[in-house]
Amino acid sequence: MMLQVANLSKVFGGLRAVDDASLQVEQGRIVALIGPNGAGKTTLFACIAGFHAASGGRVQFLGQDITGWPVHKISRAGMVRTFQITQPFAKLTVHENIAVGAYQKFHDRHEAWEHARAVARQVGMEGLLAQSASDLTVAGRKRLELARALATGPKLLLLDEVMAGLNPTEIREIIGIIRAIRDSGVTVLLIEHVMHAVMSLSEHIYVLSYGKIIAQGTPQEVVNNPAVIEAYLGRGSADHAADKPTQVAHA
Amino acid sequence: MTSVSELQPIPWKLHLSVLAVAIAFPFVFPSSFMVNFGVLALFYAFIGQSWNISGGFAGQLSFGHVAFFGVGAYASTIMQMRYGISPWLGLPIAGLAGAFVGGVIAVLSFRAGLKGSYFALITLAFAEVLRIVSNSIGITGGGLGLLIPMNIGAQNLQFAERSGFYFLILALAAGSVAVAEWMRRSRFGAQLAAIRENEDSAKALGINVFAEKVKVMLISGAIGGIGGCFFAQYFLYIDPLIAFGTDKSVEMLLVAMIGGAGTVYGPLVGSVLLALVSDVTRTLTQIQGLSLVLYGALLVVIIAFLPNGLIDLFTRKRGGKPERKK
Repeated sequence: MMLQVANLSKVFGGLRAVDDASLQVEQGRIVALIGPNGAGKTTLFACIAGFHAASGGRVQFLGQDITGWPVHKISRAGMVRTFQITQPFAKLTVHENIAVGAYQKFHDRHEAWEHARAVARQVGMEGLLAQSASDLTVAGRKRLELARALATGPKLLLLDEVMAGLNPTEIREIIGIIRAIRDSGVTVLLIEHVMHAVMSLSEHIYVLSYGKIIAQGTPQEVVNNPAVIEAYLGRGSADHAADKPTQVAHA
Repeated sequence: MTSVSELQPIPWKLHLSVLAVAIAFPFVFPSSFMVNFGVLALFYAFIGQSWNISGGFAGQLSFGHVAFFGVGAYASTIMQMRYGISPWLGLPIAGLAGAFVGGVIAVLSFRAGLKGSYFALITLAFAEVLRIVSNSIGITGGGLGLLIPMNIGAQNLQFAERSGFYFLILALAAGSVAVAEWMRRSRFGAQLAAIRENEDSAKALGINVFAEKVKVMLISGAIGGIGGCFFAQYFLYIDPLIAFGTDKSVEMLLVAMIGGAGTVYGPLVGSVLLALVSDVTRTLTQIQGLSLVLYGALLVVIIAFLPNGLIDLFTRKRGGKPERKK
């Protein structure tokens, strides 16, 4: 088992942002975490990756209990996250940005820079290597997030809404890239709002609502789950939506 | 726009040309006045590099860098006067002392999560505490300061000719440039640039932000400390205000920022300019402190038009544009 999250909770003041959430990610899969806005998805990610200290629960990565580890140690162990609100090294070039990631894998300058170039090619950024990260479009920044994380040589990628704000063509491209990443042996856990992408990419879906995992299963199982439909469309919607399960896809 | 890459090596040709000019300088301008000018310009370039390495490359802005300088100056001077230890040995001792203080300040402030202006203020506070302490304890000579007995001889790090000091500080400054160049090329430098730009991203990519920041403060502190030893030997006198005065902290960051923070030659460019301003105003007018007024004005102009420092004038040739919109 790649990742095992058991009964994780995160309390901010009186708010239980994440409430007893458990999930599992098997090696070699693409698993999605979905849920309405404010459900606590990003907070759950932050707890898993060590950015927040969990208020309760355990996180196991590759059989090792990593609860409470500092972020950099988790990252070096092979679990690397991206940010929903992109956080580029703005004054550095695309090549330099990716090289920072690559330096985690290669200490030698030449190897790191070559690896960064190869990763840029993999995500379709080789034409932008010399550009300053601050000059990238939204799509470019999202790719850069992905590229930097990928350059570290991760075993598990936590992708936080890498498709938000992209146009349909860009989404199609990034879906292909994520698939290729998985096929190269990297396990992927992603948060996503773009439902058709989630449906086509992921093999297993967890649904988070008000901090709780309310459903899980294959994409088909999840979209037909009344609890999920209610979470997205409000109480009582499940009956109306029963005939048209794909309605969730547009939520 | 393609930006000028900051993590690419600077060509050897450029380094060698700068070095050649610096070596030739005292032969072309052998007057005591000019050599003194060169010594001070290189000295400020050297201690400016101390600030630049932590403030420019790693983005940890400090207002109290004089702490390292002063501790280095006192460490080597006290060793020399009390225990007869050669000031040549004083140079590395001062470096160690500066690194130690840099490490202590770094561990305490970064452990507490101080960043940005809070870090700047806490460094200022550390420097002020050191100034007050050095003013009131006996070993530093208190407010009277320490007068190093004149005993001219290269073995005492007191040169009969100013050019002796010139070549010593040139060697030290060259060493500091080498450190800065290494930052451009190395994994360490890339990690510091990442920390400067975005600490969360740096962490997410596996960088131990705390450890790297402490490391850079050790290096920066060592350079500042060595600068203190040199200064004490050059002027043969230190007191609390010289060793820990806020003005030197300001000068350290000014030369780096005016020249170009986070660039290898920024401190040198800045210090040459500031030494020129200072000498010109001192020669032409009798007004005390006018040079500081001009420094301030220069800083305003440079921040407005060359936010990346004067060095931008040289590196921006390939159709690049300033980041600031007109």
